[in-house]
Formats: sequence, C-alpha cells, structure tokens
Amino acid sequence: MAVITIDKVSRWFGNVVAVNDVSMSIGPGVTGLLGPNGAGKSTLIHLMSGFLSPSAGTVTLDGATIWRNQEVYREIGLVPERESMYDYLSGWEFVLANAELHGLPDPGAAAKRALALVEMEYAQERQAGTYSKGMKQRVKMASALVHDPSVLLLDEPFNGMDPRQRIQLMDLLRRFGAEGRTVLFSSHILEEVEQLARHIEVVVAGRHAASGDFHRIRRLMTNRPHRYLVRSSDDRRLAAALIADASTAGIELDWQERALRVQAIDFQGFTTLLPRVAKEAGIRILTVSPADESLESVFSYLVSS
Amino acid sequence: MLQSPVQGTVARLTVRGLLGSRRGILLAVVPVLLLMMSAVAAATSGDKHDLTVTILGRLGLGTLVPLLGLVVGTGVIATEIDDGSIVYLLAKPLPRWRIVTTKLIVAVLTTWLFSAVPTLLGGLLLYGTRDGLAFALTLGTMVAGAAYSALFLLLGVASRNAVVIGLGYALIWESLIGNFVKGARTLSIQQWGLSVAKAVASSGSLTADVALGAAVPLLLVVTAAATVLASVKLAGLTLASED
Repeated sequence: MAVITIDKVSRWFGNVVAVNDVSMSIGPGVTGLLGPNGAGKSTLIHLMSGFLSPSAGTVTLDGATIWRNQEVYREIGLVPERESMYDYLSGWEFVLANAELHGLPDPGAAAKRALALVEMEYAQERQAGTYSKGMKQRVKMASALVHDPSVLLLDEPFNGMDPRQRIQLMDLLRRFGAEGRTVLFSSHILEEVEQLARHIEVVVAGRHAASGDFHRIRRLMTNRPHRYLVRSSDDRRLAAALIADASTAGIELDWQERALRVQAIDFQGFTTLLPRVAKEAGIRILTVSPADESLESVFSYLVSS
Repeated sequence: MLQSPVQGTVARLTVRGLLGSRRGILLAVVPVLLLMMSAVAAATSGDKHDLTVTILGRLGLGTLVPLLGLVVGTGVIATEIDDGSIVYLLAKPLPRWRIVTTKLIVAVLTTWLFSAVPTLLGGLLLYGTRDGLAFALTLGTMVAGAAYSALFLLLGVASRNAVVIGLGYALIWESLIGNFVKGARTLSIQQWGLSVAKAVASSGSLTADVALGAAVPLLLVVTAAATVLASVKLAGLTLASED
C-alpha cells in the first residue's frame, strides 16, 4: 500500500508563500486535488514528486523522504502539466526510452503494454511533435505507467482534452484507483473532480481548505450563504416579503445600484421562495444574479468555515 | 556495484537532441569554416607556420572551440531543463551523476568531432607533420574542448542564463580581458589548451602564457569539479511552479 504523507509542509519562494502549513495523506484510490488557479496545486504535486524541496515539514512515500531520493521513482509515475517532451521521438520511441530509463527487464513489452493502456498504438509511429494536446497527454500517461507504479501523480491532466478523451482518461484513472493504486490528480474544475474522485483535498491560497468525501464538501459548498443581486419593479416591497422567510439572512437596499442585495442561507429554499413571493405580490423580477458564484469565493468560504 | 558512466538511453536521447535539430547545422559551421580557411590558406604563398597558428590556434582554439563548447555543453542539458522535458530523465531511479557523465561524454565527443578533427585535417593540409604542429594544436583543442564542455554543462544546470554567462566568459574574459591583462590568461581554458599544445610541438613553434605544470592540474580540476558540481546541482533541481 502506497501512502504519500505531507506533514506540516510549507514552501515559499522568496517572500511568496505557495504552500502554507499543509498536512495531508494520500492513500490508495483516486484523490482529487482541487483548488483555483494559483492555489498551490502544482507546488504540492512538485513536492510529492520530488521536484521541489519543502521549506518546512516533510513529504514522504511510505515513510521514505521523497526529496533527493531517486529510488522513489520505482513507485511513482508522474504526468507533468507541461507539454514538452522529446518532440523528435515517435510516441513509441518516447515510451520505450522511459521504460529503458527505468531499467526494466523487458522495456519493449512494457512500452507496448503502456501504449495499449492509453489506446495510442494507432499513432505510436508518429512524431510526438505532431500530436494533439490530448494525444500528448495520453503518451505522457503511458510513459508514467510504463513501470507499473503504485502511485500516479497527474498535474491538471484534463487540460486541453476533448470530452471523449476526458471520459477515456477518467475511466482509466478510475480503474487504477480500483486496482488499489494511489492516484492523485489536480484540477481547478469542480465538475471534473466530482465525476472522478470520491475523496478530495481542497487547497486555496496555499492553505489546506478541506479534506474528505466529495459529497460532504459539495454540500458544504451548496449550503454556504449565497449572495444575490435582485432588481424588481418594487424593490422595497419585495425586500419586506423576502425577509419574512427563514431562507434569507439579510437584505440590503442598494439605492445607488437600484437593486437588492440578498443573502440567502438556504439555497434550495430561496430559489423557490423568490419567484413565489414575487408572483403573490405582483412584483416583476428584472434581474437575479449570483454575486459570488466564482470558484474563488466558493473556495474562500470553505477556508473560513 | 560499479556502474558504467554512460547510460545508453540518455546518450541516445542527448545525441538526437543535439544533432537532430537546427543546432546540428549550426555546429557544422565550425568544421566547414576551419577546413575552408585552411584550404584557402594552403593555396596562398604566405608563411604557412603563421597561417596555421592564426587559423587553428587563434581562430579555432581561441574563438571557435569555446563557442562550440558553449553551444554543445549547454545544448546537451540546458535545453531540456528549459522546456521541462528533463523531468522524464529525472523521474527515474537513475543516479544523477550518471546522467551528467553521459551527457558530458556526448558533449566532449561532439566537440572533438566538430573541432579537433577539422583542426587535425586543416593542420595536416597546411603544415603537414612538421614540428608536430598539427598534432599539438589538435591535442590542445581536445583538452580545451573537454574542459569547456564540462564548464558549460555545469552552467547549463546551474543557471537559466547559461548561454549569456558562457558568452561573457568566453568572449569578454578569455578574449577581451585576456588580451590586455596578462594575469587573466592564467584562468583561461584557451591558454591551458595552448600550454598543452606548446608542450607537444617542437620547441619554439608555439607560445603559451601558462606553464604546463599549472595548465594540466587546472584543466583536470576544472573538468572534474564542474562534473561533480553539475551532478549535485542536478540532484537538487527544482521545477519552476506554474502557479
């Protein structure tokens, strides 16, 4: 069983703190590392794959330090975010080279198996430079899988993939997870993580914001106070009617904007309340827009809760 | 367990990366230039000894060899570090020093092929085997080429501005400052190469500013230290974070 343990890890670059006192442990199965861009996901993956030293704390694989320990690569397969590979090689040559670098007893057979796993045999003779983003991603996957690792780390693996390739890769990762491998992938897209990972780790602004079952965290996200901007034919009367219901926590009459700022505490309740109240009072709703639906604000709510 | 300093796959990838691209054509400029100038000079009636020393010593060893060493030494590793493909070499259970020694050997052999071989041919064409001049300059080119390769490989690992720093060293320190300040020549790979060449050629046919007793240890120390340091640097290579 392969477990990556991040223990009280911080990493700073000069004055910038990229990862701030994070502790987490990644075990078998598929784990999603979720967070907005710039949250420190790549930094964490670099720490876990031995390409960055922690400024404080330790990063270990089954107890063995990962930094400056090339032996861990017998267990770890890494799919980096950057696209560049050896563009002058064909897909086959590239994966074969990776198998040879691992010192595998039969590199040819390993390369063949890995390319079959990602279904890239049909294009394996083409030069990597001519591949599409999705194809490159799959060949990179094959190179990471060639030595049958127990840990697979993927940095934003779905970037640039079309829906079909996305589904294919998700199936593959699900299978690896079910086989008992430790699979960790990063993403800034909630839906991606939702489809693939039961267990997620959320990082926001370098901090570990949440950890655990996806559904629990999703519920936390939906149940957070939502803010809306509402414009209607009679704001003041609408405000009075809305505040009477338990689903709203506060309403502000923004006279400059000529709109209501509503804070709802019960997402489901409010979405049914608003049209009902308006209809009963004969008020026309002109605008309803969520004021804080950006992923960043969802995440920062998680951090504070 | 004793391991060979050359890892076959790393060597193969390095050679293809180095010679496969446009850089391969750039490298070929050096031997073409040396051979053409030697051929033209051989047909003139000038002093053949002076011409040989000027073309192969000054232009070759003095200017083209450091530039070639710079292109090759950084080319074997800095390109991969810049574009991030070095990840595929480093995410392997390979000792870092083997990656460095393999790349260094590829760099040295390439430098020799593109500078020492044309120096030998040009020297024989111009001056034959007289005074052992052709052989001496070839040997000087070889030792200097090896040291340049090691130094510039280290620069490629240690700095993102390897080419600029390397050019600064080769052109400003060795050529410009070395021309006016005699002391600067003591710390000049080019002068160490010349010193070795002088020791091999018949006396009086070449001049050098650094004594052989200093040049040889300095060449060895610089080459070895650069290799060790490059291995250490590579083992601690961190990838620039995208976020």
